[in-house]
Amino acid sequence: MKNKSIIIYLCDYFDEKIINEVVYKIERTIHCPVTLKKFEIDVTNFYYPGRRQYDANKLLKVFSDLKNPCALKKIGLFKVDLFIPILTFIFGQAILNGDTGVISKFRLRNELYGLKRDDNLLAERLAKVFIHELGHMFGLIHCQNPGCVMNSSTYVEHIDQKDQEFCSKCRENLGHNKLSN
Amino acid sequence: MKEKVSILVVDDEESVRDSLYNWFIDDGYDVECAENAKKALTMLESRDFDIILADIKMPGMDGLEMQRRIKTLNKDSIIIIMTAFASVDTAVQALKEGAFDYVTKPFDPDDLTYLIRNASNQIALKFENENLKNKISTLENVEDIIGESEALKKLLKEVESVAQSNSSVIITGESGTGKELIARAIHANSPRKFFPMISVHCGALTESLLESELFGHEKGAFTGATFNRKGRFEMADGGTIFLDEIGTISAKMQIELLRVLETKTFVRVGDNKEIHSDFRVICATNRDLKSMVVNGTFREDLYYRLNVVNIKVPPLRERVEDIPLLAIHFVKKYCTSMSRDLISIDPAALKQLEEFEFPGNVRELENMIERAIVIGNGKEIRLKDLPLGKERSNTSIESLEDLEKKHIQIILEKYQWNISRSAKALKVDRATLYNKIKKHKLKQEN
Repeated sequence: MKNKSIIIYLCDYFDEKIINEVVYKIERTIHCPVTLKKFEIDVTNFYYPGRRQYDANKLLKVFSDLKNPCALKKIGLFKVDLFIPILTFIFGQAILNGDTGVISKFRLRNELYGLKRDDNLLAERLAKVFIHELGHMFGLIHCQNPGCVMNSSTYVEHIDQKDQEFCSKCRENLGHNKLSN
Repeated sequence: MKEKVSILVVDDEESVRDSLYNWFIDDGYDVECAENAKKALTMLESRDFDIILADIKMPGMDGLEMQRRIKTLNKDSIIIIMTAFASVDTAVQALKEGAFDYVTKPFDPDDLTYLIRNASNQIALKFENENLKNKISTLENVEDIIGESEALKKLLKEVESVAQSNSSVIITGESGTGKELIARAIHANSPRKFFPMISVHCGALTESLLESELFGHEKGAFTGATFNRKGRFEMADGGTIFLDEIGTISAKMQIELLRVLETKTFVRVGDNKEIHSDFRVICATNRDLKSMVVNGTFREDLYYRLNVVNIKVPPLRERVEDIPLLAIHFVKKYCTSMSRDLISIDPAALKQLEEFEFPGNVRELENMIERAIVIGNGKEIRLKDLPLGKERSNTSIESLEDLEKKHIQIILEKYQWNISRSAKALKVDRATLYNKIKKHKLKQEN
């Protein structure tokens, strides 16, 4: 793990203030350095007109094939709405015990639900999704504890209800898994 | 509950398989995937899955056909059908054929989570149900049938094999050998155990009462029928009816019974509506039904209808080695019910018990122990507490009539044939006592 960091590939323009806040929250919870990298990708190749969404599995493959010796974990951050074939939408997707993940901020924005823009809330939601997906990448499965960040969230309200931290059990498992990583 | 719920995903689209695999793995399930129905069936031959999530449209064998085949392998498997909007009708067909639920692709993340949670709850309930059933089986493990003799072991083996069938059973054996207990053991170990076992003592009821008791009656069917009443056959629906002392029923009742046994339908007294009931019949008798058939007092057709399986309960004198175990069991039973300290049995008394013939069989032994506990010193059962006098052995009383005759004779002798005092002791009037003396041809001995 020495000199390696979690790399967030920014696949669009994102508000610097929000992203820095997210990075701060991730580092505080995961205790790993986080590096930001801009990433040029033509997402139109991953667009499904029938669903008007973008295929998360295929995008995940892009990052999975991406070689970066400095990357402990690689996560692509998108503005577009992501889906996997079986689900109507996803907030994020990661490979369990793997090193790759993708996250979308599309459904995390208040504006989508007809509410006033709230950057602080968006940063909080993004951080929770990042920490959740990173948890999977470090081998954690969904947690039944409703307050734990590893609790499965199927709607944005669920994300707001849970905490940004791991519960004691997940924290312990994360420690073991990080060591074995 | 099982440690990890296992899920088999069957879909021809790799992306769907991968997505579901990742989704379920994240939730901590044990997941495997198959790309077609044939592979899924092969996998199911080598291991079981708790939940099978299958696409309805697949090349080769479709999800519906696969479900039919899975159900023949394991009818309890939980199958969830995945379908596109266009094939909802087929999904409904799948539900009719036993699928647990169906989801239309793409699913709402919440739907999938709740669906799997419901299926997992169902598995947990099934698991709990099986555990409870096993516990009940253990509880109903005929705990009052005590003994380790070969005769008893043979009997219990017969009970075990008979219990699983649905055939009528006749239990024969001397009075007091525990025929009803054997009937209960058959019922408790049969698939009908969760339904009632209804006992009817045919010998204790007159013909009309027995008819009303067995078939039930409508309000106003006869004087005193102030309300509708379900019959014993109706009450035994799904379970077992135990007809004790079947040899005592009248010729008319024999015909009625035969008809009910053949059709499993009957009519309540005073009604004309046919009622159907699914019951199993177990009969008991201490009489020789075969010779009654020869004598013409018991219908041959009814005898063969009832006598599909015949179980003979051995008398206690043929299982002497069980006497100490039974005696200790009854001591425990009565000391507990009388809230007394557990007492022992004097070895000499136990030895005498083993040598006694017990014409009244286990019931006599039980009564003897109960009496000894009541009249004893509260520390141990001594020889003098047990009525093991010679006059008790070699008694050949079997019928109530013989018993009545013997008892009246004893009372008459006790009161020196004073009719008034004897009648008072017997709690009958003088005329009845005279009639009984005449009937039993009793005479005063000089």
